[in-house]
Amino acid sequence: MEYILIFISAIFVNNVILSQFLGICPFLGVSKKIETSLGMSGAVAFVMTLATIVTYLVQKLVLDAFGLQYLQTIVFILVIAALVQMVEIILKKVAPALYQALGIFLPLITTNCAVLGVAILVIQKDFDLLQSIVYALSTALGFGLALTVFAGLREQLEFSNVPKGLRDTAITMITAGLLSLAFMGFSGVDGGLKVLFGIE
Amino acid sequence: MNYIKILTNGIVKDNPTFVLLLGMCPTLATTTSALNGMSMGLATMFVLICSNIAISLIKKLTPDMVRIPVFIVVIASFVTVLQMCLKAYLPEIDKSLGLFIPLIVVNCIILGRAEGFACKNNPIASAFDGIGIGLGFTLGLTLLGICREILGAGSVFGVTLLPEEYNILLFVLPPGAFIALGYLTAIVNKIKK
Repeated sequence: MEYILIFISAIFVNNVILSQFLGICPFLGVSKKIETSLGMSGAVAFVMTLATIVTYLVQKLVLDAFGLQYLQTIVFILVIAALVQMVEIILKKVAPALYQALGIFLPLITTNCAVLGVAILVIQKDFDLLQSIVYALSTALGFGLALTVFAGLREQLEFSNVPKGLRDTAITMITAGLLSLAFMGFSGVDGGLKVLFGIE
Repeated sequence: MNYIKILTNGIVKDNPTFVLLLGMCPTLATTTSALNGMSMGLATMFVLICSNIAISLIKKLTPDMVRIPVFIVVIASFVTVLQMCLKAYLPEIDKSLGLFIPLIVVNCIILGRAEGFACKNNPIASAFDGIGIGLGFTLGLTLLGICREILGAGSVFGVTLLPEEYNILLFVLPPGAFIALGYLTAIVNKIKK
C-alpha cells in the first residue's frame, strides 16, 4: 500500500517537473517532438533508477559509516557522472539498438538536476532501499508523462497563430503553466489515499 | 574599460534568465517571494565567482581530457562550502531554498561560464564575468520574485502593499511561476526591440 502511495504521489501529485521544478532544461529543450521526448524519458528512467540505487548504497555504506555526510554533494555528482559514462560504454557494446535510441540523450543527463535531486531527496526523506527504487522509478515515469504530454501540446502549437511578442520561449512557458495548472487538480489525492489505506 | 564591458555584458546582453534561458530550475522553484529569489541569486553568484576564479587559475594545469570532471569537482566543493556556511549562519534561508542549494552544482550557468569563459581568460576577467553573470541572474530572479510576490501575496520583500482580497494565490503556486516567467520574457523581448 505504501508503495502505491509513493507511486501515485510521485507521478501525479508532486510531479517532478510541474510541481517540483526539477529537470526543466530537458523539459524545454527536447520537447519539440513526441518521439525525442519518449527517448529522453527512457534514458532518464534508466539512469535515474540506477543512480538512485548506487548513490543510496554509497550514502549508507560509505558516507554514513565513516561520518562523511558533508561530502554528499561532491560524491553524488561524481558518482552520477561516472555512472552515465559507464552506462554509455556498456550500452554501446551490449545493446547497440538501445544505444542508438538513447545515445544522444545520455550525456545530457549528467546535468539533469532531476537525477541528482531524486538521489538527495530519497536520503532526506529517509526512505529504505526498496522505497527509494519505487520513488525513483515513479518520478521518472512522472517526468516521462509530463515531457510527452508537453511535446504533444507543442506539436499542436506549431500550427497556431501566436502573437508576435509571445512567440518561442514566452508561449512555451505559458503552455507549461497551464499544464502545471491541470496537474494541480491532483493535489489532495495523496491525502485521500493515506486515509483510504489507513497510513497514519 | 574592458572589465566594465564584461560586467555589463552579463547583466544585459547575456542575461542568463531572460536571454540565455539557463538555470531555469532554481529560477522557477525559488522565486515564490522576492527575498527567496534574491538569496538564490546571491548564492549562485557566490559559487559562480569562486569557481570562475579557481578554474581560471588552474586552467593550465588541467589536461583537456578530464576538463569537465575537474570543473564539476571544483564547483561541487564551493557548493559544499556555501551549504555549510548557510547552515551555520543563515539557517532560515537554507531551509527555504532547501534542495536547490546542493543543486547549484548542476546549474548550467556555472559549468557554462567555466567552459565558455573562465578556461580561456585570466582570473581578474573571470571574476568580473562571474560578478556580471551573477548579478544578471540575481536581477532576473529578484524581478520574477517581486512579480510573483506582489501578485500572489500582495507584498514586496515582506512589506504588505495590497489588501488580502486582491491576492491571486495562483502566482505563489507552481503554475504561476511558469506563467509569470512567460509574460516577463515577452515584456523583456518587447523592450529589447
